Amino acid sequence: MKGMTIIVKTVTQIVCGVIFLYGIYIIVHGHLTPGGGFAGGTIIAGSFILLILAFGSEFLALKKEETGSSILESTGILIFLIVAVLGMIIGGLGIFFINFLPKGVIGKLLSAGVIPVYNVAVGMEVAAALLTVFLALLIYRDEVLK
Amino acid sequence: MELLLIIILVLMIGGAIFSLEARDLLSAVIAYGIVGFGLVICFLLLQAPDLALVQIVVETITLIIMIAVILNSTREEIKPVKGKRSTIFVIFVFIFIGLFLYFFNRTTETLSAFGEHVMRMSKAYLQPGAEKTGSANLVTGVIFDYRGYDTLGEATILFTAVIGVLTVLRLKGRKEK
Repeated sequence: MKGMTIIVKTVTQIVCGVIFLYGIYIIVHGHLTPGGGFAGGTIIAGSFILLILAFGSEFLALKKEETGSSILESTGILIFLIVAVLGMIIGGLGIFFINFLPKGVIGKLLSAGVIPVYNVAVGMEVAAALLTVFLALLIYRDEVLK
Repeated sequence: MELLLIIILVLMIGGAIFSLEARDLLSAVIAYGIVGFGLVICFLLLQAPDLALVQIVVETITLIIMIAVILNSTREEIKPVKGKRSTIFVIFVFIFIGLFLYFFNRTTETLSAFGEHVMRMSKAYLQPGAEKTGSANLVTGVIFDYRGYDTLGEATILFTAVIGVLTVLRLKGRKEK
C-alpha cells in the first residue's frame, strides 16, 4: 500500500503521539473517568492504523509486526486470567475474580485494588487484537492479490 | 430532549434506508456512517459517555476498513435478477412486518416508560458500589468487579475472532505461495 501526500504525513507526525498518549490516559484513569480498557485499547489501535495509512506499508516489516502484536494480544488475556486466578489463591475466600489488593482512597489514581490491572490487561488485548486484524488484511492483500 | 432523540433516530433510519438503496457503494458506506455517529450522539444525550467513547472509535475504524475494501474492489452495485416470485416475497414480508409490529406493541405495553429504570435490582449496585469496589467510575466497578465473568467472556470472544481471522487469511496466503 502506498503512502499519502506530504500534508497528511506531517499532520500524522504531529497528531499520532498525542492520540497514543490519550489512549494510555483513558486506560490508566479507567476507574476514575469515563472509559476503560476497551475504549483506550481501540484509541491506541487507531493511532497505529493512522500511522500505517499515512506512511504506507512499505516501510514496515509487516510480518514481524504481526507476530509481535499477536503475541501481545495473547499476553494481555493471559495476564487477565492469571490475576483472576491469583484472587482465588491469595484472596483467602477461594473466589474467582475477588478484589484482593488494598482498595485505598476513592478518587486517587492508585485505588480500587485490582481494577486498574484488569484495565491495563484488557486495553493491551483490545489494541493488539484490532491491530492484528488490520495487519492480517494488509498482508493478505500484499501477498495474494498482487 | 425526547424530540431531539426522535429527530436523530429518524435521520438514522433515513441513512440506513439510503445505504440500502444507493447505486454507488461508496456513498452507501458513508450514509451507513450516519447510523453509527447518530448513535454516538444518542449515547451522549442519554448520559452514557463510556459507550459513546467506544462507539465513536470503533465506528471510525470500521468505516476506514470498509472504504478501503470498496476502493480496492468495485464501486458499482451488481443488480440482482428479478424473478417471478418477487411479488409473493413482498406480500410475505409485509405480513411478517405486521405480525412483528403487533407483538412488539403487545410486549412494550408491559414495560415501564422510556427513561424510567426498574430500580429493584440496580439499587443493590448503585448505593454501596463505590465503597465496595473502591472505584470512582461505577461503570468500571461493575464491569470488572461485580461482572468479572462477563468481561472475561467479551475478551475471549475478541481473542477467538482474531484467531479465526488469522487462520483463514494466513492459511490462504501460505498456500498460494
